[in-house]
Amino acid sequence: MSYFTDSLRQLIGAKPRKPTPDQIPVEVRAVYAEKRKERLTEAALRAVEHEHDKSPGRHKWRNRRWMTLILVNLLFVISYRLDIQLVEGALTGSRVLGFHMADLNSALQVMLAYKHVVLNLLIGTTTVFVLWWLLGGRTFCSWACPYHLIAEWAEALHLKLAARGWARDTQFHRGVRAVFYVVFALLAVLTGYTVFETLSPTGILSRALIYGPGLALLWVLALLAFEVLVSRRAWCRYICPIGITYGLVGSLATPIRVQYNVESCHHEGDCRKVCMVPHVLDVTIRGRAQAVDTDIGADCTRCGLCVDVCPTSSLAFKVKGLGGLV
Amino acid sequence: MTTATPKRPAVKVSPRKEQARREFLRTAGLALGMAGASLLGLLPALGGANARLRPPGAIKHRLQEQEFLAACIKCGQCVQVCPVEAIRLADLTDGVGVGVPHIEAREQACDFSCDGLQCVLACPTGALTHSIDYPAQARMGLARLARPDACLAAQGKGFRGQARGPDFRGRLRYEDVDRWNPIAVADHPYDLPLCDLCVRQCPIEIRIAQCESGKPPSGDPNQCPPRHAIRLEPLADGVDALPRVEDGCVGCGVCEMICPVDPAAIVVDIDRDADDPIAVRGGSA
Repeated sequence: MSYFTDSLRQLIGAKPRKPTPDQIPVEVRAVYAEKRKERLTEAALRAVEHEHDKSPGRHKWRNRRWMTLILVNLLFVISYRLDIQLVEGALTGSRVLGFHMADLNSALQVMLAYKHVVLNLLIGTTTVFVLWWLLGGRTFCSWACPYHLIAEWAEALHLKLAARGWARDTQFHRGVRAVFYVVFALLAVLTGYTVFETLSPTGILSRALIYGPGLALLWVLALLAFEVLVSRRAWCRYICPIGITYGLVGSLATPIRVQYNVESCHHEGDCRKVCMVPHVLDVTIRGRAQAVDTDIGADCTRCGLCVDVCPTSSLAFKVKGLGGLV
Repeated sequence: MTTATPKRPAVKVSPRKEQARREFLRTAGLALGMAGASLLGLLPALGGANARLRPPGAIKHRLQEQEFLAACIKCGQCVQVCPVEAIRLADLTDGVGVGVPHIEAREQACDFSCDGLQCVLACPTGALTHSIDYPAQARMGLARLARPDACLAAQGKGFRGQARGPDFRGRLRYEDVDRWNPIAVADHPYDLPLCDLCVRQCPIEIRIAQCESGKPPSGDPNQCPPRHAIRLEPLADGVDALPRVEDGCVGCGVCEMICPVDPAAIVVDIDRDADDPIAVRGGSA
């Protein structure tokens, strides 16, 4: 399976494949056999986790990402408020130092509804395409989307409430996001309106930050309430077409990826617990790896939470041909 | 139906299958709910409830806005470049029109004080079409004397003071005060023997006057409007006069904004323009 087809399967919500024993190469089988010999006790695992939790760089990637996300969104706000024309517009469409940028999904919706493409939009779309292709996966989601950050905080609240039994995580079929993708595309073509943009919390929040709050924020609040009380990260996991658009771009053999190394992994599953799209980390389950090093697929938002939480550094950011990313 | 899905199946369904069935139903519910929510957004558009005065250059096909709403990427770059901050973005109540720019002429009209149609130049998707280059080419709507009996000129009255009172926050560019920066209308009191504010402040008429005196805006003769937009027509008694909208009117809304009576005697209709003076929907804004 190539990186592309694997990513595609993740994006349309297919079940991750379990490799048959003969699909696991000899060297990986040797790794698994070695681990079976000295299985860590539960207490030993907890001790490793505890040690890791105290390490200084425990939230390195999360902090870098939060700072980036806040900075990106703040640049829009500051640029407008101070009238310095650094980053004009909103996340859906902007001009960075005069250079056009267009959110790929918003641009796609406009193209489908309007059925014309003007040059400026083409320029903006190409710029953004190249940018997010270089960064790979769904980097936009966790590094730029303002809803992602707020949903992340709502998720923390959800987990606290769920631990006390006050909230639950209703699971839906992940394939529904692909269905929504087709539905929103069809709605744009058939009605001639960019229907998804009415619902998009990304656009609503970006505009609210820049141009001031409005009633549309009530919709965002409703989504957050649904995520806190009913279904963890429901919008990003099951609905948002922006994720699929960027996932498709990021599945095209991108240079930056999160890489999994099976050798030192304890298979305790901490990474899957913090992940918004845990199916991309199925390879970390004992017996699933088909290579010593595996690139995590494009449904991954490159948020780095798994890299931060992994006590054995089995997950890391890698640049193709350059080795590790600091 | 009843034969296909009996309520209590005789054969015991495996928990795994039952779980999958429930997940499918839940998911279908989510899909239907979200699809319903997105269709709700179409209601204001279908009912024409979100029809509004749009910035210059907004695509209009037979004065219907559907293409404009489709082409707009809802980024607000037009909002950011407007020197008088005339452009606002619509809220959720506009459904699919959320985040789309519009102008509330009575509060702040477009006075073209940017000269170069900055909002059109800023638009990344062509929703504000680049096919217009000068204010006189805009077709935003068409002014109409809605309440002739309230019009001060029609009563032969003059006007003295702040056109919209001391608290009005709207701004206009007065070239004799500051060529580059618009100032508050409240900071520019008038003293007129016969009220002619709608003609006096009309951006098209101002440009025509500049061109006639040999000083076209930005020194560019192309900026000169080919036709008059509004003039004051004397009535038979020789004292009173009526503002008359001409076919050079672009529907910018400055006349509606500056009109000192409340509500304004002159308003901008958005469902017609100088090229298409018959109202499409029959209503007016």
